[in-house]
Amino acid sequence: MSTETQTPTTLRGLTREQADHFLHQMVLIRRFEEKSGEMYTKGKIRGFLHLYTGQEACAVGAVNVLEERDKVITHYRDHGHALARGLDPNRIMAELYGRVDGVSGGRGGSMHLYDVEKGFLGGYAIVTAHLPLAVGLGLASNLQNEDFVTLCIFGDGSVGEGEFHEALNLAALWDTPVIFFCENNLYGMGVPFQQSLSTEISTLAEAYGITTENVDGMDVVDVYHAAKRAVEHCRAGSGPYFIEALTYRYRGHSMADPELYRLKEEVDEHRKRDAIQRLRSEMVEAGWLDDAGYQAVVDRVEREVDEAVAFADASPEPALESLFDNILAEDARG
Amino acid sequence: MAEVNVLEAIRETLDEALSEDDRVFIIGEDVEAGGVFRATDGLAKRHPGRVKDSPLAESSIIGISIGAAHYGMRPIAEIQFADFIHAGFDQLCSEASRWSYRTKGEQYLPMVVRTPWGGGVHGGQHHSQSIEAYYTHMPGIKVVAPSFPADYRSLLKASIADPNPVLFLEHKRTYRLVKQDVANAPAETSIGRARITRRGADLTMFAYGLMLHECLAASEELAGEGIECTVVDLLSLQPLDVETVLEAARMTGKVLVVHEDTLTGGFGGEIAALIAEHAFEYLDAPIRRLAAPDIPAMPYHHAMEAFFMPDKQKIAAAARDLAAY
Ligand SMILES: Cc1ncc(C[n+]2csc(CCOP(=O)(O)OP(=O)(O)O)c2C)c(N)n1
Ligand SMILES: [Mg+2]
Repeated sequence: MSTETQTPTTLRGLTREQADHFLHQMVLIRRFEEKSGEMYTKGKIRGFLHLYTGQEACAVGAVNVLEERDKVITHYRDHGHALARGLDPNRIMAELYGRVDGVSGGRGGSMHLYDVEKGFLGGYAIVTAHLPLAVGLGLASNLQNEDFVTLCIFGDGSVGEGEFHEALNLAALWDTPVIFFCENNLYGMGVPFQQSLSTEISTLAEAYGITTENVDGMDVVDVYHAAKRAVEHCRAGSGPYFIEALTYRYRGHSMADPELYRLKEEVDEHRKRDAIQRLRSEMVEAGWLDDAGYQAVVDRVEREVDEAVAFADASPEPALESLFDNILAEDARG
Repeated sequence: MAEVNVLEAIRETLDEALSEDDRVFIIGEDVEAGGVFRATDGLAKRHPGRVKDSPLAESSIIGISIGAAHYGMRPIAEIQFADFIHAGFDQLCSEASRWSYRTKGEQYLPMVVRTPWGGGVHGGQHHSQSIEAYYTHMPGIKVVAPSFPADYRSLLKASIADPNPVLFLEHKRTYRLVKQDVANAPAETSIGRARITRRGADLTMFAYGLMLHECLAASEELAGEGIECTVVDLLSLQPLDVETVLEAARMTGKVLVVHEDTLTGGFGGEIAALIAEHAFEYLDAPIRRLAAPDIPAMPYHHAMEAFFMPDKQKIAAAARDLAAY
C-alpha cells in the first residue's frame, strides 16, 4: 500500500514544511527556556528571569507570518518571540549570561533582548511602554508609504495601563498597520486577569473600532491563521488588528514566584492543551511524523541548546570601560 | 520586642496603621497576596477590603490616592518598583504637590507612596533605578529614604501621620540586610531630621539608603587605618536637615557625599552646594561627590552593575584621598 496517496498535502492549511518549522521552533523554545531555568539555578543567569514555557504557539504562530521588513516589539517575557524571529539562540543565551556576545553585550539581560537588523525592536520591562512605540512604527510606515507591519505583543496585564488605551485609540484613529497581540495567560503576576478588568479584553479593542479576534493561543495553527488575516488586513491599509490569544504559562511568573495563587491541578489541566503535543499528534495523524521523526527534532534542539550554553560559557565578560560607549550618538565606539 | 529586619518593620507599621485608623488603606499591584517583596504579607486577611489590588496602572494608583485623600482618607500606595513610578510622575508632581498650595492651605493631602528603589539585585535597567532627585526637586512633596529598621518604622509612622504627600523610598537591598530591636532603637526620628550616626574628626560622609550602610562599613575599615569619619544618615531628603548637614561639615572640614544615583543633577549636588554656600570658610578640601557614573541605565551584568554602584571600597578609597588632602 502506497502511503503517498494517503498523505495530505496540508494540515489545516499548513504546508508540511511549515509544520516542520513550527514544531522545531516550539520545541526549541520549550527546551531553551527549561535550560535557562537550569542555568539560573546554577547561578549563571541572575536577576529576574521570566520563562515562556506553555505559550510557544503564540510566538511561533504569530511571528512566522511576518516578512523580513516587518517589525516585532514585545514585552519582557521575550525569549520565545526572539527565537521565533530567528535571533541566534547562542547570542540570546549569552545575553542571559550577561556576556560580551550577548545581543546587548550584557547591558540588557533577559528582559531587554533586541536585534535591529531582524526588525526585533526589543523586549520592554516597563509593562505597556512599548504599545505607543508600535503605533509610532505604524505611523512611520504610513507616512513613508511603506507597507511594513508591526507585531506588538503584550500580556493581559497591559490592559489596565493608560498607554494601552491611548495606543489603541490612536492606532485606530490613524489606521496604523499594527497587530496588537495579547497573550492572555490568565494572570498578571499573581492576579487573575478577571480581577483587574471590568470587561473582556476583546470588548475593549472592539470599542476602539479595531477588528478583533479571539484565538486559542495554545493552537499554533489557529494563531497562525489569525495572524495571517491580521497581516493581510494591515498590509491592505485597513488599519490595526487585535488578537487575543488564550494561553497559559506553565512556570511561575518569574523564577522567584512561589505560585501561591494557583493549584498544581490547574496547571496540569492546561498542560493537556499543550501546543507541542497537539501539533505533534496532528502531524502523526497526517502521516507526516513518527516517533523517530519527533525524536530527531528533540535531538536537534538538544544540540542547539547545548551549543547555546557552551557559547555563552565561552563568551568573555564585558569590559567595564565599554559602559561609557553609545550613551549619545557622539559616543559611538566599539 | 524581638529584632526585626526592614521588611518586618514596614509590615508591622502598616498593620498597626490599618488597625488604628480606619481612614488608612493600601492600594497597589499584588498587595493582597503580599507583594513582590512580601511587605504586605498577611495584611489583606487581617484588614478585609482595605488592602486593594490594583491592575498595572501606576498613574491611577497615585491619582486614586490623591482623590481619596481629598476626602480625608489616608491612602498608602505601593508602586511595585520605583522604576514603574514614572507613569505616575505627573500625578505626584503636577497634582499632589500643589493641592495645599492652590487651596491656600484649606486642604492638605495626607498620602504616602511607598516604593522599593535602588540596584544591586541584577535587575538591570527597569528594576534598579534611583528616583529621588526627580522628586526632591519638586516642592510640595516630602521624600524620605531610611536605612535601618527602626528608622523605617518611625519614619513610616510619621509619613502616614503627615498631612502632606510623602514619597517613602525603601532601598530593596536594605530589606533583609540588618535586624534591629526597634523598641529599644535610638531616639525616634521625625521627617526632616538627619542623624549623625558616627563621629570622627577627619572627614564627614553624607549618605542615605544602601549607601549609608556602605559608608558605615567603609568608616569601620578606615578607623583601622587611623582615619576617623563622621557619617551622617540624611534620612529625609525633602525637607532636608540643613542645620545638621552644616554642623557635620563644619566639624571636620572635609566632605564626601555619596549616592547611588548618577552624578549629574543627583541629590549630592544639593548637599555640596549648601555646604559651599554656608560653610565655605570651614572647608579644608574641595567637596567630593561619589556617585554612579552618568550612564543611562543600570547594566545587567553583575560586574558592570558593581562598577556602576558605589560601594565600601570606592567610598574608602575616596575617603583616603580626601583625608590625605
Ligand atoms: C509599568 C509596570 N508596572 C508593573 C510592573 C511589574 N510587573 C512586571 S510583569 C507584571 C505582570 C504582567 O502581567 P502580564 O502583562 O499579563 O504578562 P505575563 O507576566 O502574564 O506574561 C507586573 C505587575 C512592570 N514591569 N511595569
Ligand atoms: Mg499575563
